[in-house]
Amino acid sequence: MDTLNGAGVSPGIGLGPAHVLLAEIPEPPPGARHDGDAEAEKARAYDALEQVAADLEARGAKAGGEAQDVLEAQAMMARDPGLAESVAELVGGGMAAARAVYEAFAGYREMLAGAGGYLAERVADLDDIRDRTIAVLSGLPMPGVPAAADEPYVLIARDLAPADTAVLSREVVAAFVTEEGGPTSHTAILARALGVPAVVACPGVTRIAPGTRVLVDGASGVVRLSPGEDEITTARNAAAARQALLAAATGPGRTADGHLVPLLANVGGPKDLEAALANGAEGVGLYRTEFLFLDRAEPPGAEEQEAAYRAVLNAFPGGRVVVRTLDAGADKPLAFLPPPGEEPNPALGERGLRMFRVHQEVMSAQLGALARAAAGSRAKLQVMAPMVAGTTEAEWFVRACHEAGLHEAGIMIEIPAAALRAADLARVVDFFSIGTNDLAQYTFAADRQLASLASLQDPWQPALLDLVHLAATGARTQAKGCGVCGEAAADPVLACVLVGLGVTSLSMGAPALPAVRATLARHTREQCEVAATAARAAPTAQEARAAARAHLPGLSDLGL
Amino acid sequence: MPERRVTVQAEVGLHARPAATFVQRAAQAPIAVTVAKGGGEPVNAKSILSVLALDVRQGENVVISAEGEGAEELLDELAAIASAP
Repeated sequence: MDTLNGAGVSPGIGLGPAHVLLAEIPEPPPGARHDGDAEAEKARAYDALEQVAADLEARGAKAGGEAQDVLEAQAMMARDPGLAESVAELVGGGMAAARAVYEAFAGYREMLAGAGGYLAERVADLDDIRDRTIAVLSGLPMPGVPAAADEPYVLIARDLAPADTAVLSREVVAAFVTEEGGPTSHTAILARALGVPAVVACPGVTRIAPGTRVLVDGASGVVRLSPGEDEITTARNAAAARQALLAAATGPGRTADGHLVPLLANVGGPKDLEAALANGAEGVGLYRTEFLFLDRAEPPGAEEQEAAYRAVLNAFPGGRVVVRTLDAGADKPLAFLPPPGEEPNPALGERGLRMFRVHQEVMSAQLGALARAAAGSRAKLQVMAPMVAGTTEAEWFVRACHEAGLHEAGIMIEIPAAALRAADLARVVDFFSIGTNDLAQYTFAADRQLASLASLQDPWQPALLDLVHLAATGARTQAKGCGVCGEAAADPVLACVLVGLGVTSLSMGAPALPAVRATLARHTREQCEVAATAARAAPTAQEARAAARAHLPGLSDLGL
Repeated sequence: MPERRVTVQAEVGLHARPAATFVQRAAQAPIAVTVAKGGGEPVNAKSILSVLALDVRQGENVVISAEGEGAEELLDELAAIASAP
């Protein structure tokens, strides 16, 4: 086997060692015994624990900051003398090293889990160390997705859930290849958002030996194992020719007939600004502010907040910057607030704006810092709240913004109720921004963290397109803007459809901007509208995509 | 046996960074050293998992004990770490 075929869903050429992601490390069978040399087996166990500790430490040194503290604490756990003692005792009694590691960890696991709170959260750290050690002992690939690598790797999996991929970037991943999934799966959307080549629906790919060099062509869907130099050169030349076409499209986002659609970047902190500017973002369509608040014992100070907001505003003089207020809740708890009560469904709990209603001081501090950052800035600041279900909450938020001195207040449309009653909401707020990921999660009652439900996260689903259309139409009746800031906007074909549905701006991960800009520039607004109508008339996501493509003749020029 | 009784001052208790610093210092010592919460069972102070499992919160007392060469100096240092705010 030296060539595999799948569906190319994110064009480009990726080359790197294969990293095969296993769903989970299997539990070593109870009763597994070693061959009698207990000392050698103990040495194997110690070596494996030390290898895992050293690897965690090395990754910590590379990551720096708070990640380093966490990884070094994990390394200490792997080197724990009490743990080593338990392993030695079990191996001394004849148990195989992998099983002994499993059982020794189980003892501590139970103690920590029973304590609740902070300690119960450490159970995941402990499980991670256990699985890594068992992987070393059993010759299995390391579990989890490495967040740092000396050389970008090709990530291979059955399918990917958003949780698997949250830490990934272009510096780490050369390409994605999945055994399952389709052109509209999460992997495809994420890959386009990151600007990383991807191939999905590629049977047999998870059987590739870890570490094998793999050449991935994200346009043709061909995956070559251990490729020769000439193959690599040919593939790279073809990709460069396409890249040149994309680079030729510059300037503000617009359709072929000149209808302006501002193309904005999603940013998670000042660190993302360079990529946004390099890819020609006209502003920021989604500034996630969680990075200021998560993983810290004290709330961020007024000056720290103000500086973080000003950094982004200053990057876009004359442009617009849309800041989303803190989106935290039971799934992303804040250490400096009393823990929220137990919530069986955190996605449906007291998160986003709902949390602000409980902790109004946190909202006041954030809105105040935003207002001070905006004073004297040449960028247009717009502030929006996540998790708004209806007009009462929207009115409350708008009033709070105005009281803080912020002029433009909008809301995320991510709850189906908000899309259904968009016309009412448009009277209350200044703009909408549709979060397609959460809107899909809530519309299809499908947890976006579950890979097994990834197909329900597909933004091409006609029901989701209907809701986007409702929201955009509601906004238009009041002459308000309606943007999209979910991963859907990063798909160049879907971007045309969104414009056809009445969306007025698109915000995405910066690497996706050139392809979206080039695709929009090749189609008229009317073609986009026809494609959107065709997509909404289709019964399934696949058919919607095919129907839209049939009305967008400029795609083939770009190899899309 | 030499021992120190201190009140843990850190907001996070003897967890996270305070726990790591405490265990790192204990692990450097060539002699055995234990820590107990209140009147509880002492555990190996060189074991991060055992120290975490004690679940010592802010304002709770611990007893740190060690015997042998350098015990007094070690205990002073560990007491200072455990009682640092």
